[in-house]
Amino acid sequence: MRAEQKSGSLMAAPYGVFLLVFAVYPIAFALVLVFLQWDLVTAPAFAGADNVRLLVHDGRFWRAVANTFVFLSIHVPLQIVTALGLALALNRQLAGRSFWRAAFFLPVVISGAVVAILWSNLYATDVGLINRVLVKLGASPVPWLTDPRTAMPAIAVMVTWKNVGFYVIIYLAGLQYIPRSCQEAIEIEGASAWQRFRYLTMPSLLPQHILVVTLSTINGFQLFIEPYVMTGGGPLRRTYSVVLYLYNNAFAYQKMGYAATIGVALALIIGAVIFVQRRVIGRAEAL
Amino acid sequence: MKRNLLARIALYAGLTIAALTFIYPFLWMASSTFKPPAEVGSLALIPHDITLDNYRTMWARAPFGRALVNSIFVATTITLSVLVFGSMTAYAMARLNFRGRPALNAATIAVLLIPGQLTLIPLYTLMVELGWVDSYTALIVPYLFNPTAILMLRQFFLQIPQSLIDSARMDGMSEPRILFTIFWPLSKPVLSIVAIFTFMGAWNEVLWPLLVVREQNLMTLPQLLTVFALGGGAGSVGVSLASAMVLVVPVVVAYAFLQRNFIESMAGSGIKG
Repeated sequence: MRAEQKSGSLMAAPYGVFLLVFAVYPIAFALVLVFLQWDLVTAPAFAGADNVRLLVHDGRFWRAVANTFVFLSIHVPLQIVTALGLALALNRQLAGRSFWRAAFFLPVVISGAVVAILWSNLYATDVGLINRVLVKLGASPVPWLTDPRTAMPAIAVMVTWKNVGFYVIIYLAGLQYIPRSCQEAIEIEGASAWQRFRYLTMPSLLPQHILVVTLSTINGFQLFIEPYVMTGGGPLRRTYSVVLYLYNNAFAYQKMGYAATIGVALALIIGAVIFVQRRVIGRAEAL
Repeated sequence: MKRNLLARIALYAGLTIAALTFIYPFLWMASSTFKPPAEVGSLALIPHDITLDNYRTMWARAPFGRALVNSIFVATTITLSVLVFGSMTAYAMARLNFRGRPALNAATIAVLLIPGQLTLIPLYTLMVELGWVDSYTALIVPYLFNPTAILMLRQFFLQIPQSLIDSARMDGMSEPRILFTIFWPLSKPVLSIVAIFTFMGAWNEVLWPLLVVREQNLMTLPQLLTVFALGGGAGSVGVSLASAMVLVVPVVVAYAFLQRNFIESMAGSGIKG
């Protein structure tokens, strides 16, 4: 028993130290930084509530938050529809199912930086692949990333494309849990394909819907490399994301206190949005 | 019967279009890197004049060879650490009684609930104060343990029968030896899942290197690629895409052979690159 105690403590100790240094300390220090002004060169100075006050009135920060909601309002529904559609197609008797699955999953394994560089070229106004196709079809080219109205939607479509394979796997796992007996029963009752989908498939997938909404929302708030590479936050700051603003405050403007304040605010906003989403989904379920 | 056949044709046509949507951009990217500048805009996948100029230019203008070595070194070290030290931790947390175990369990779950953006800046200032900026240390040490990996390993280790531990102890085996000679061979599935998502996470990570590394020779591939594309160093689409290929090709080759493991691992961990 003594020996077990000792080995246990010894084997777990490095991780304990790691958690203290790289998790507990940063979380605590984030809350301290909120009240500091620090450029990493001169000594940190106590700033009272300056950072918080600045944040509340910072139009750039709230612009970034609003941009994120624009992103989410396109990304989340589109992600659910595309992932569910592909999962339903794959859930049939199918030749080469693992090939289709692997094809849909391919962009998930590719680095976000690569996807952003690739899609900047696909979206390019004059030479971009997408506009070439549009022109061939007789339409006029669209300035996807340089028009303030289309830039964020274009990024939202791209991120949906990158991640859809991941959510297809989640939905496929859920579809396999719907008992055969339920499916047979509802068919014997004479339900149409739409009724089966509406009254059996959709409600059975509730845990998956929640997971997809939660993960794609969190993912949306973490948007960084896409605007960083593709637009730099423009045009007219319409693709500026919260993390990009945080990064620029730390890296370009050397404002550690303010950058940390943005981080804390972002964590609170994510928590609040997830909480509201759960309540809404829970209420919709009760109806 | 006829309607059924039509439905199947429609299904396969739809799947083909969907699959092309995901694959074609990568094929176009690969083929563009072999095209001279005049041809890059074309939709054709086979270039008229095949050229290696894009690769030569890319290789000459920025240290991509060095970045490849950096990426391999950083991702491999992190993966080995997460496997070896992570499973020691998980073994202790699953099978050994010691003081502080409940606290460690609770802390691990709590850490996973905190968004990374909250700790990003304090971690960065910590690197500055430790003097780790522009070093491998900054790229590696904050990732030596992975709470998700520890929870997955712990979950798996909980299911291995106690009798194996008891008889090994009777034979006088130490706890680490029990872990590495008895538990590890039984845990190959979970070890490969952890290895893949850890390696891919480290391989694709770009925000953290952008914060802590400025020295070009220490940059990992995704960072150098980003800096190269943004700084205008690439100069042309073909060159910029050629540099992206250095990052993509090893992953696609590994994925082609291990797709089932990749999908299981990356979908299971909730980590997206």
